[in-house]
Amino acid sequence: MTDPLLQIRDLHVGYGGIRAVKGIHLDIAPGELVALIGNNGAGKTTTLKTLAGLLKPNSGEIRYDGNSLNGVAAHQRVSMGLALVPEGRGIFAHLSVSENLLMGAYSRGNSDEIAADLTRMYALFPRLHERKQQLAGTLSGGEQQMVAMARALMSRPRLLMLDEPSMGLAPLMVKNIFQTVRDISAQGMSILLVEQNAKLALQVASRGYVMESGAIALSGTSKELLESATVQRAYLGD
Amino acid sequence: MKANLKSKLLLVAFAFALLLLPFATDALLGRGWVRIADFAMLYIMLALGLNIVVGYAGLLDLGYIAFFAVGAYCYALTGSPHLALAFPAIFPDGLHLPFWIVLPLAALVAGSFGVLLGAPTLRLRGDYLAIVTLGFGEIIRIFLNNLNAPLNLTNGPQGISRIDPISVAGVSLNNTQTLFGITLPSVHLYFYLFLACTTLVVVISHRLERSRIGRAWMAIREDEIAATAMGINTRNLKLLAFAMGAMFGGISGALFAGFQGFVSPESFSLMESVMVLCMVVLGGMGNIAGVILGSILLALLPEMLRHSVVPLQQALFGKTWIDPESLRMLLFGGALIAMMLYRPAGLLPSRLRRRELQSDETAETV
Repeated sequence: MTDPLLQIRDLHVGYGGIRAVKGIHLDIAPGELVALIGNNGAGKTTTLKTLAGLLKPNSGEIRYDGNSLNGVAAHQRVSMGLALVPEGRGIFAHLSVSENLLMGAYSRGNSDEIAADLTRMYALFPRLHERKQQLAGTLSGGEQQMVAMARALMSRPRLLMLDEPSMGLAPLMVKNIFQTVRDISAQGMSILLVEQNAKLALQVASRGYVMESGAIALSGTSKELLESATVQRAYLGD
Repeated sequence: MKANLKSKLLLVAFAFALLLLPFATDALLGRGWVRIADFAMLYIMLALGLNIVVGYAGLLDLGYIAFFAVGAYCYALTGSPHLALAFPAIFPDGLHLPFWIVLPLAALVAGSFGVLLGAPTLRLRGDYLAIVTLGFGEIIRIFLNNLNAPLNLTNGPQGISRIDPISVAGVSLNNTQTLFGITLPSVHLYFYLFLACTTLVVVISHRLERSRIGRAWMAIREDEIAATAMGINTRNLKLLAFAMGAMFGGISGALFAGFQGFVSPESFSLMESVMVLCMVVLGGMGNIAGVILGSILLALLPEMLRHSVVPLQQALFGKTWIDPESLRMLLFGGALIAMMLYRPAGLLPSRLRRRELQSDETAETV
């Protein structure tokens, strides 16, 4: 087996006295699409924020590409190739679509490459090309999700972390967004997908982890999880 | 191409009009109004500095006038006989540094104070930040008021007087000068100096707005978490915003001290901070043209009232019923309420409208 791109070992994260993540282990191999599913408050977003460097772990280790991320600041992680699409999208509402995308390339220097990537993003999301001069806050929810994803891709990440991309979107748009996730994954990008919509997430992912009150309750290939009685009962509503 | 030439011609015509402005004002309204125009430009510089902090980076600063004070006292101490009182052994005649040293020094010192204020407030946002900055502004003013003992640094509430007039290349701006047969009174000379400084501040603001730094500030304003996730070092950029804003304030303050020849703590009250913030908000936060318009309107308003309200009442009633100062506050409050109702984004809102007018072929700036 190839060395994992990301390794989480015994990670504990808390807010003040509340322990949100209690000793989880998680691996992502290069090019893999891994889903992290679970209910509200299970600690999924906390895990992602810790990976992005927005929260400090109480203990445990995150290794990325063979190096420990302990003590590495959030803005440095972006240049190392970790990109987060935050929960609720976090778009810059009063900046135009193109400015939002350029912000994604903030950590990169070469402007020729950035211009080329901008063109690639517009090819990936033609809707954004039509609206590139529009203020991002005036877009629909689905379009905003596209902006958030394209913006994250503008940093040329090696690991893309998506936090609840389906949240608040119309079913057709959700389908659309997940198709894009599949396409990006097919191009070889490693993706960690956090979702409440377990069925959808497991359909695109190759492996999954089920998180329950701060711990990993179950893990396995998507097929195993989709067939597991626990997952079916708790998350698929069968 | 043609449009380009046209806008260039317009710019040249506008520059000419600005250069002739003091003469026209002098002839039509009297010399007092040239002085008012000079003050208006000091306010424009102040408001553009605050615009960086509040408009671009979205950090609500209610103590901004402190940096104006720091700049003013910086000039007052290094360009007056005052230091002879505090350190008679070292500076028997006080300190009289030339203007071109004092101006960058004032900017630098004010900028350092900006970082000093910024550092402890990095984690604060919105209301909480506003309260801390308000406190900071008051601390500076109270220090200026009380630092006359045990060592007389600021001369307390009496303020520092006999400040050296600004002199550029050996030419004192306090005396009437004749250039190519044109007589230039002191207020005209200051007008041109302030115009040059204001132009510089406008150009820097404009460049910053479109730079990578400017975009990063706006990203922090919009969503700090997402901005961090984009790889922006939010700590450094916030400090930079505070420092840049404070530097503009410091420059304006130094010019103010040289122009007035006198500074005292009462010029730097909380009301002044609020006034500058109103200029930014009224004109349109984050938009340079809007901020300039807001500053001019609010700087001229009290003067226009002073020149119209009293004579009008005298003519109508033979007596002054309403003091122009209280009327100013009344009109001012009314204007703000009306603006919040009808133009919540300011007189010249940034972005929104411009964006809609912009055509698709506009090249992207990378």
